[in-house]
Amino acid sequence: MPTIEIAGKQVSVNDEGFLTVYDEWSEEIAKILAAQIEIELTPRHWEVIHFLREDYKKEGESSTSRHTQTAGGFPIKEQFALFPKKPAKKMTYIAGLPKPKGCV
Amino acid sequence: MTTPAIVPNFGAEDSGRKLAIICSKGNLDMAYPGLILGNAALGEGIETHLFFTFWGFDMIIKSRMNDLQFSPAGNTAMHLPGTNAHIPQAVMPVPGMTAMATKMLKKQLDDLNIPEVPDFLEQIVAAGGHLWACRLSADMNKVEESDLRDDVEGIISASDFIELTEGAQLLFI
Repeated sequence: MPTIEIAGKQVSVNDEGFLTVYDEWSEEIAKILAAQIEIELTPRHWEVIHFLREDYKKEGESSTSRHTQTAGGFPIKEQFALFPKKPAKKMTYIAGLPKPKGCV
Repeated sequence: MTTPAIVPNFGAEDSGRKLAIICSKGNLDMAYPGLILGNAALGEGIETHLFFTFWGFDMIIKSRMNDLQFSPAGNTAMHLPGTNAHIPQAVMPVPGMTAMATKMLKKQLDDLNIPEVPDFLEQIVAAGGHLWACRLSADMNKVEESDLRDDVEGIISASDFIELTEGAQLLFI
């Protein structure tokens, strides 16, 4: 597992660049991750990110788009607007979580 | 700002990749492959079209879409749950078997948080997917646009479909 420096901190990532240690994430880091994939974080983005972080703690796995809609109350359509093209992967990346494993 | 050395490749803004899925089956179990793959493609930013034809029409007819069924008859891959033991085909036509098998399948899907067919189609449309109905099937079934889900974009002919899916990867289910 590579270690890279983000916001002056050493963080562990997988080969794709997703953070691998839950507690190494911070809002500072999230801002940089988002900027890297050309997403400017609005308050609504933060709501999604905080939901994903909390949900991961509860469920032990990353939320899919479906689950983010049903459990988090963020409609699929809005997820696509906030995180264009690949919402499930982009939002978990910014939230410092693994990409979702579920098919739906 | 420190730049992370590794940034995931989420693809170019528009890769131009396009997927067309022909849904030709109306059995509950065969409704899902197209929905799952179409939904996955949309989640990867791929332009996706679902074309409903023949028995697949039941997935988009408002009065039928909530009532798709699963029959184990003729399906030799049916096993007693959790075992490799085949369920004899002879028991499949027993009255009530289809209802029971349908109920079991729906429960298994629900346990995995897989939505029911109408709900799944709604999710696909919300994700930017396009639904199309086949002209010939509509005529054969004596079905009009008002009988179909409101989010079906149109009843189109086979040649319209061919035109629409130029350059697309195609799945026939």
